[in-house]
Amino acid sequence: MTVISYRQALHDALREEMQRDADVLLIGEEIGRFEGSYKITAGMLEEFGPRRVRDTPIAEEGFTGAAIGAAMVGLRPVVEIMTINFSLLAIDQIVNHAAKIYGMFGGQARVPLVIRTPGGGGQQLGATHSQNIELYYAFVPGMKVVAPSTPADAKALMLAAIRDDDPVLVLENLALYNTTGEVPDVVEPAEIGRAAVVRTGSDITVIGYSRMAVIAREAAEVLAREGIDVEVIDLRSLRPLDRVTIVTSVKKTSCAVVLEDDWLTYGIGAEIAATISDGAFDWLDAPVRRVAMAEVPMPYAKSLEMAALPSLADAIGAIRATLDARARRA
Amino acid sequence: MSARPKTPRPPKSAAPCKDEDIALAFYRQMVLIRRFEERAARGYAEAKIGGYCHLNLGEEATVVGLMAALQPDDYVYASYRDHGYALARGISPERVMAELYGRTDGVSKGWGGSMHLFDVDARLMGGYGIVGGQVPLATGAALAVAHRGGAEAVLCQMGDGTTNIGAFHESLNLASLWDLPIVFVVSNNGLGMGTTVEGSSAEPDLFKRASAYRMASERVDGNDPVAVHAAALRALTHARSGKPFLLETVTERLKGHSVVDPAGYRTREQKAQLLAGDALSAYAARLTERAILTDDATREIDEAAMAAVDASVRFADASAHPATSTLFDYTYATAVPNDSRRLPGQPLFPAAARPGETMSEKAPA
Repeated sequence: MTVISYRQALHDALREEMQRDADVLLIGEEIGRFEGSYKITAGMLEEFGPRRVRDTPIAEEGFTGAAIGAAMVGLRPVVEIMTINFSLLAIDQIVNHAAKIYGMFGGQARVPLVIRTPGGGGQQLGATHSQNIELYYAFVPGMKVVAPSTPADAKALMLAAIRDDDPVLVLENLALYNTTGEVPDVVEPAEIGRAAVVRTGSDITVIGYSRMAVIAREAAEVLAREGIDVEVIDLRSLRPLDRVTIVTSVKKTSCAVVLEDDWLTYGIGAEIAATISDGAFDWLDAPVRRVAMAEVPMPYAKSLEMAALPSLADAIGAIRATLDARARRA
Repeated sequence: MSARPKTPRPPKSAAPCKDEDIALAFYRQMVLIRRFEERAARGYAEAKIGGYCHLNLGEEATVVGLMAALQPDDYVYASYRDHGYALARGISPERVMAELYGRTDGVSKGWGGSMHLFDVDARLMGGYGIVGGQVPLATGAALAVAHRGGAEAVLCQMGDGTTNIGAFHESLNLASLWDLPIVFVVSNNGLGMGTTVEGSSAEPDLFKRASAYRMASERVDGNDPVAVHAAALRALTHARSGKPFLLETVTERLKGHSVVDPAGYRTREQKAQLLAGDALSAYAARLTERAILTDDATREIDEAAMAAVDASVRFADASAHPATSTLFDYTYATAVPNDSRRLPGQPLFPAAARPGETMSEKAPA
């Protein structure tokens, strides 16, 4: 076990796969000479050369599409889209092509593509650079979307994504890059499509992913001091969604709070709440609460931005309120 | 499933025979495409074919000339007007018609339809329903070839309307920057649906757009298969040396945008003029004049094409509809837990026992 950062874990996964498989190549803006906007690809150009670390023009649709085409004929490209906001420029290639090619042609062409891209707000980047729109991709059959919250998962899920024969979007998070955690010396690829119960508890189920899974764990620690026993589920995979793990947990705890960094209406939390309604209705003792971003274009001003983003206090408040609601019914 | 006729590898195009033989072979293929497309229109009217159906009527010379210039290992990406390209690439009319019919023996097993023909053996890497969707993909295939130091080239066919979308420009820029072995072919039939090239393109000499990317380009008479073939060979040679090329083939679309489009934006005179200038008839007249084509041969070629098309219809009609049990077979290439296999009317979870009652934990559908 070594303690490393989320950034380092991603970097290590990429580097190991580049060393292991000559078909893996990196494509994206500023990933070579500039070493990546968030330095995930630091040192890669020097180690692997410009043929395997391809700096691109600012042309997300073009280079993402080119990576898909290269994947169709057998390479395993890892595309960096500088932030998930810019993926909108490539959404036709991702949704209409990467996600469709295997099915649309009757299984004749595979698309072993990884799109790495960070989401996240809280950096005063304003409305167009602070969105969490992973839902757009998690909505689409044919896509796989994973969202690690720890360095260990970042590495294991990145390894899995690169070795997978389908297009996988790996959602990174600006706020997590500098967080640290233990990572085993030898990491096996994770199984995409599985959530993890990262803390067992008996009083309430709290579900999150990416930054909000970190908040969920923090909330559980705070509440444990008061004797409240929170079970925390880190979704890890947004498509496929591991509904069984969610429902199994709620059948045990009888209530749930969902933490999400996206907008509430039509958001990922809505899907989880509906899943709980479908699978654990008779076990529920309180309505499922969702903690999500305020539904505004993200403002620049720090005071407004902080008000719009879900916080640890919001999570704790929603958990307490849900437990109160259950107590009133008892 | 009945036996799937495999696509034979296309013959080497290194001119094994005389000019006359090549000219006749081109004519034969053009007639096959013409009769096939006419039969597809009928199949659509008979409701045997659904969805959108775009025909290569009038574009046969371009299609045949381009495909004849390719080596077997070259990759082809096409637009949704792709039937002719599949046929000229050597895929059997049976499997193309079966795809239009949405049957298991279709080239894409009934998953693609008219706009999404694909055959891995023929390296036909797909027709694409989104205008220009294939252009970045083809560029990426060329990147893969270059990455591995391969000798193949990529031919990326598109319509004139495609030259106005961003992906076209991004792709030409990438191909030129990265020295990729790709020929972009613009089949300029003068109309994007009902909008003219002049009405949509500030530079209607479409081949000139390559100059913005320091890319070589050429315009050729797309109604002359021999000229198209020669130009495509030049372009491919250029591409194989690591320099992309833009080839514009100027042709005509005889009918509407798709089979349901009566082309009301064309005057009666324009329609008459189009038919009078039809490339297939003009090419036949040229070959007859040069005594390459006799009346007997014309008849024989036409009958052979009709017989092949009739056989394709019989094959398609006899091919099975895909079983609904196969609905979830192609969502993912790498199996993944918790993949949804729920049909529209099914609940997410099976009816559950109430709390306290015994129940077995079942996975959701």
